[in-house]
Amino acid sequence: MSAPIQKSAAKTKAATQIVTANRLDDGLVVYLAPGGGWTEKLNEADVLATPETLAAAVEAGKAAEAARVVVESYPIDVERGPSGLRPLRLREEIRAAGPTVRPDLARPLGA
Amino acid sequence: MYRYDEFDHGFVAARTAQFRDQVERRLSGELTEDQFKPLRLMNGVYLQLHAYMLRIAIPYGTLSARQLRKLAHIGRVYDKGYGHFTTRQNIQFNWPALKDIPAILDELASVEMHALQTSGNCIRNVTTDHFAGAAADEIADPRPYAEILRQWSSIHPEFSYLPRKFKIAVTGAPSDRAAIQLHDIGLELKRGPDGATGFAVYVGGGQGRTPMIAHKVRDYLPEEELLTYIEAVMRVYNLHGRRDNKYKARIKILVHETGAAEITRQIEAEYEEVRKTDLLRLPESEIQRIAAYFAPPDLPEKPARSGALEAAKADSREFATFVENNVTPHKAAGYGVVTVSLKPIGGIPGDATDRQMEVVADLAERYSQSEIRVSHEQNLVLPHVALDDLPALYASLKAQGLATGNAGLVTDIIACPGLDYCALANARSIPLAQDLSTRFGSPERQKEIGELKIKISGCINACGHHHVGHIGLLGVDKRGEEVYQITLGGSGDETASVGALVGPGFKTEEVVDAVETVVDTYLRLRESPDETFLAAVRRLGQQPFKEALYGAA
Repeated sequence: MSAPIQKSAAKTKAATQIVTANRLDDGLVVYLAPGGGWTEKLNEADVLATPETLAAAVEAGKAAEAARVVVESYPIDVERGPSGLRPLRLREEIRAAGPTVRPDLARPLGA
Repeated sequence: MYRYDEFDHGFVAARTAQFRDQVERRLSGELTEDQFKPLRLMNGVYLQLHAYMLRIAIPYGTLSARQLRKLAHIGRVYDKGYGHFTTRQNIQFNWPALKDIPAILDELASVEMHALQTSGNCIRNVTTDHFAGAAADEIADPRPYAEILRQWSSIHPEFSYLPRKFKIAVTGAPSDRAAIQLHDIGLELKRGPDGATGFAVYVGGGQGRTPMIAHKVRDYLPEEELLTYIEAVMRVYNLHGRRDNKYKARIKILVHETGAAEITRQIEAEYEEVRKTDLLRLPESEIQRIAAYFAPPDLPEKPARSGALEAAKADSREFATFVENNVTPHKAAGYGVVTVSLKPIGGIPGDATDRQMEVVADLAERYSQSEIRVSHEQNLVLPHVALDDLPALYASLKAQGLATGNAGLVTDIIACPGLDYCALANARSIPLAQDLSTRFGSPERQKEIGELKIKISGCINACGHHHVGHIGLLGVDKRGEEVYQITLGGSGDETASVGALVGPGFKTEEVVDAVETVVDTYLRLRESPDETFLAAVRRLGQQPFKEALYGAA
């Protein structure tokens, strides 16, 4: 049976951001963590509340691409809810949580 | 089946070694992503939402049991225990690690398979009728010609950097199950006035953001002229196809902008030039050599009617439904062509687990001369099954969830991977397919509705073939929300047509009801149960469906 189809969360102007990418050697989704490492866990991402920290994180993403750690890094909008961070766009929610049609492969948000 | 010769083995081994070196240089930093990306794409490696994706070529959709077993092995060892059969008769694995892909390619090469030309602006895997070599209505087996095209087009230096990707499809039967008029080149095998074999040639079809039906540029091309003529088409396209705008770069746009008559004139003129060299004329001996690989299997003679089959049908309505829908007449009496549905009710279209692939491989060895076909409708096919064996085959399929008797019915839905996997998608396709399948899933409802092809794409690139769905569904992103547009009246068969948009799109929570409204309108207005959905839409036009969906204007 399919997972319920839900509307993605509405975008808000107050959105904060994190930086995501895919890891070079295995392609899995990762997030830039505080301290400059990369984590598979959304809730461990470095939340970038100011334009300055966002710019620095985007630069760190590009540096990690050059250092062959990740590919295709970019910032995404997130909001903080009761269970932790949640991407605002459905595309990023699916990247974070796994295919909605394969609950057995899911990575629950907030985990 | 075609068997690699020394050249094929050497060629694939060399390409695998080359890509292994490229992966190592990427991981070591010698190659940047910008440098590596076109190299990985030439070897079928994409980067999707969750991970890398490896698209493996299944030439003209034909697999041996040994090859399918290898795909199962790859799914289990290198992926997450499943693969996805695509609308191009290929298979995709959604989770391979880049560092493992050279090893996967080695595994593939060991069973004469590869991932070449499954991406990039080259001539892609040539597709055919999934019943090729078995169908009762076939004039000739199209696969020898597809194999000739494969050999000719593989790393063809002149056609490896075309303006855009290029797809060729061949049908050997007048009932077009390969959707040839929706391809860059479509070839229809036919008999000439002298009884010889040749082709009608169609050029300029395609789907994507600008769907077009191909134009017939040649009513009859002798078979020995196949490569000469295709080379001429490719040269005209390579010279004049647009490279300034990727959305206008397919040959369909060139044909549309140039005009069918003028493009035909240009192709014929180029054909005369290519013919002068006489280099590409196919020797009869070579056609026969390739065709010998596809010789019909030596099937024991059987009576046309199987008592065992008739008795089993009388015993089980479910089995009788399976036979009615999933078994197609074979050219040999006493045999059938069996569609193994990868569309369980509420399931994911085209997905098969490693275990299911192994079971189908085993059953192919036991009941179908070790042959399997992959259909562009995302099902598997066992092409040579004795009617006497159908009850036992059915029982084995059923034990693995592979005996859904819905081929060609409303739940036999094509769906692209959509936003659940694909980096290009704007909306999900699979959950909608699952919900529709569940809504219409009862055998009685499906039988009442009859033949109805629903096709779903998660973006305008149309990998889910929505343009040629009797009911097409296109997912779009409307201010962050998934919305689905409905088209009606498309068809990919010999009466090919592009579906027309019926009106404004529907939200996810509305679209299943909307499709049901369309279906109920058809059931209410059809002249008789013999009038199919497509025939009814063509007779009635869009208006009754618009009124049912949106109210009278």
